This record gives sequence, C-alpha cells and structure tokens, in this order.
Amino acid sequence: MAYSDKVLDHYENPRNVGSFDKNDPNVGTGMVGAPACGDVMKLQIKVSDGGKIEDAKFKTYGCGSAIASSSLVTEWLKGKTLDQASEIKNSAIAEELALPPVKIHCSVLAEDAIKAAVADLKEKKK
Amino acid sequence: MKIEKMTMPIYMDYSATTPVDPRVAEKMIPFITEDFGNPASRSHPYGWTAEKAVENARKEVAKLVNADPREIIWTSGATESNNLAIKGASNFYSSKGKHIITMATEHKAVIDAVREMERLGYETTFMVPEPNGLVDIEKFKAALRPDTVLATIMLVNNEIGVVQDIEELGNICRENKIIFHVDAAQATGKVAIDLEKLPVDLMSFSAHKTYGPKGVGALYVRRKPRIRIEAQMHGGGHERGMRSGTLATHQIVGMGEAFRIAREEMQEENARIEKLQKRLLDGLTEIDETYINGDLDKRVPHNLNISFNYVEGESLIMAIKGIAVSSGSACTSASLEPSYVLRALGRSDELAHSSIRFSIGRFTTEKDVDYTIELLKEKIGKLRELSPLWEMFQEGIDIEKVEWAAH
Repeated sequence: MAYSDKVLDHYENPRNVGSFDKNDPNVGTGMVGAPACGDVMKLQIKVSDGGKIEDAKFKTYGCGSAIASSSLVTEWLKGKTLDQASEIKNSAIAEELALPPVKIHCSVLAEDAIKAAVADLKEKKK
Repeated sequence: MKIEKMTMPIYMDYSATTPVDPRVAEKMIPFITEDFGNPASRSHPYGWTAEKAVENARKEVAKLVNADPREIIWTSGATESNNLAIKGASNFYSSKGKHIITMATEHKAVIDAVREMERLGYETTFMVPEPNGLVDIEKFKAALRPDTVLATIMLVNNEIGVVQDIEELGNICRENKIIFHVDAAQATGKVAIDLEKLPVDLMSFSAHKTYGPKGVGALYVRRKPRIRIEAQMHGGGHERGMRSGTLATHQIVGMGEAFRIAREEMQEENARIEKLQKRLLDGLTEIDETYINGDLDKRVPHNLNISFNYVEGESLIMAIKGIAVSSGSACTSASLEPSYVLRALGRSDELAHSSIRFSIGRFTTEKDVDYTIELLKEKIGKLRELSPLWEMFQEGIDIEKVEWAAH
C-alpha cells in the first residue's frame, strides 16, 4: 500500500495517543468500528467550562490510514466548539491525508467517532 | 514524492516465492542464449541438445518424488497443474460420477478450478478442517459418495504450513476407486515424497517455491494404474498430448536443477531450518497473547503463522518494514476479506486480521531470526499502546461480549 507522506507521518508519530477518564463529566467518548471489521477507534474529547474542546485523545486498532485519520482529527478538534467539531467531514480528512479509495472508510470512521464523542458529551451534560 | 534508494527488508516470505538458487540460474543461462533450440525439433543438433536437457530435467523432477520420468508433464506452474488435473481427470472420468471433494483451505488454484467444475454441473464438497488445519479422516470417509470421481487435497498448506496425511487419504480413495490429486507446490524439498509408495494419482509441482524459476511447473500423472486426463491446452501434441505448447527449455532446466539440489540437500537443510523455526517460535511466543495458527507438529519447519491479538495486521506490516512477510489481514488483500484459510480453522476475524505468516528458507540466518524477534517485540508493544482493544483486555473486558456496531 503506497501511503502519502502525511499518513506515514501520523502513523509513525501519532499525536495525542492515550485515554481520559471516561467517567469525567467533561469528557466525551466515542468508540466506533468493530474488531471483526479490522478497525476500532476510540476518540475522547475534553471540554472546558466554556464549551470548547481543550484536549482530545485517541486509541485506534486498525490499519495505517485508520491510525492516521484518528490522529489527525485529535489535532483538528482542539479549540473547536462541539458544533464546529460536528461539522468535520470525512471528505476533508480523506483529502488532507490523500487516502486511496479503498481507505476512504477510515475517514468515515473518524467522522463517526467525532459524532459519537460529541453525542456522549451532550448526553452527559443533559 | 521523494524517491530514495530502497534498502530491501529481510526476506521472510519464502512461501510466496523463493529466490532462484545461483547454481540453478547458472544452469539456465546457456539455454537462453546458445542452446536455444526447440526441444521438439528433431532434424538438427539445436533441437537434440534442448531435448536432452529437458529429458534430464524430467529425470531430476521424477527422482525427487520417486516417480518414473514418463509420469512427469511440464506445465507453466502449479496453478496450471492443478487446473489440468482437476478439470482433466474429472472430465475424463465423468461417467463414474460428478462429485468432487476438496478442502476449504486449499489454494485458490484448486478452489476456483473446483468451482468451475460446479459451473459445469458437478457437485462439490468443501471439507472444513479441524481447528489445527488437518483433515479428519473419518469426516473425509463420510464425505465420500458413490458418485465421487475426484478428491483433491493439498500436501502442505501455503498459509499455515500443515502437512496432511496424504497416505491415509489416498488409501481411502483407492478403496473407493476415486481419483486422488494432491497439490504439492509447497511441499517439494520440505517433506519427503515417494510416489512409488504413496497412493496418489496426480500431483502438482511448482519450481519457484523450491529455488527454481517462476513460470514452470509439472504434473505427475500415474502410469500404474494408468490415469487419463483430458488436455486443457490443445495444439502441437506436446507432452503426449496432455499439454501442448513449446517447452520452455531454460525454465525446465532450472526446475530440474532446483529439484536435484532439493533432493541432495533437503535433509541437511531442513534440520537447519527446523532450528531456526524453533528459535523464532520461542522468541515470538514470549510476547503476550500470541496464537499459533495450524498444528505445530504436523507442519513444515519453514512456516510459522502467528496471530498477535489486539494488533491489526496491516498496521503491523507497516511497523515491521524491516522484514518482508505476509499477513492474513483484510487490509493487505485486494478483496478486503481476512484470510479464508484462518477463517476455515474457526479463527475469529480479529485473530485472522492480526496474523503474520513468517516463512523461512535456504538463505535465512540466525541473525535474521533474532532481528525479527526484536523488531516484533518492540513494534507489537508500540501498537498495543495505541490499541483500544488491548486497553479493554487489560481492564478485563471480554471483547467477545461487547456489542460492536458492524460497518
């Protein structure tokens, strides 16, 4: 698989790897994918009292482009409001990483992970 | 994109193909340039020289498997041999019946040839092996039908390296007058084959899995009792009408020399490779949550197929660029399906995804093996730090019981 330099960079130096306490009221957790399909992404966002995402972390089981997609979105999420975060589209991720067509589903999964993390946080804040 | 000079990784993919042994290459070269004659040319020394070389190679191939040279038919490789055997024999003997037995873990060249027979109106049974990859003899007997015309079972599996009990299966076929074909592409030079004793009717061989060139193979067709096959390639009537087409003299010479070397050196070579396999196995199983795919005892020493749980195969392959291996992961295949062989063993999709096939051979050194072990230990650790599944496993969560949203 010939990957772009950006995918390789994120794969070799993944940003923001790790976990927050999922019971923290300011942390939203999104876990998407399935082991049987070969990829599982866990994305966590931590919001400030002002409602902005101040930190994001991920762990991903999956191919190089799945790891790169989730690493990239942790960078993008920081400083965004929840509404801005929800607007991140898979096509932007795929374009930034120059994903080959067979790997587009990795960017879809990253978008789903953002949505799931935001939904989890909103549920907690209700 | 920058173009850098690529440093080649350590080769651990001998089951995919092997390098041509330099002794083999040396033998082949004169037959490309000087002795270029067509072995079918009967009217001049160019043809005679080529024919002599082809017949000498035929003897060498026959010797490795203790067959009569007249039982060896040249083909373009094991895929063609498998097709010729399966289609040729079941068509020739179709009056006996139209049922074929094979295994779910066969090479695609067998599976798809059998599928083609299905299209032509044959019924088929794809036997599922035991979890260790081996055929259960009783289940094999139970699968036989009065109209079974052909059974085709591989000797050594290409993915997991397990060795089937061909003698026992062949005896059952003999008792039931069923033609028995064996794909031995991965077996030559690795396990002893004695076709004078083995109850096998047709056997497929490949040169490039045994340090010969790509593009040449052979099919063994038994003479006593005589087995007949319908030709699949029609033309000048070469190979006694069973396979037409000008013989590729240099390729055939290469296969002969490769099989000669295999016969003379396999005992010593296998002892050395067995030690390397044990070293690799001991080193890699020091890593937590590793699973060996396929039986460890009934297995060629050249193969180790291991699943590293909670790590995805393609990302692992990317991480271990210093070695050339293959994976059962979906992401490394064109079909996006995990290995059908590992699935047939009952391995979960996750374990199939995280499997790596290490296949070692003639030029693998102890240093290569040690490097591989160190590399795997380091990279598996790194990828598990990244893996949410590993984290869940460490927390004691049963991943099997989690309800995943399939996508």
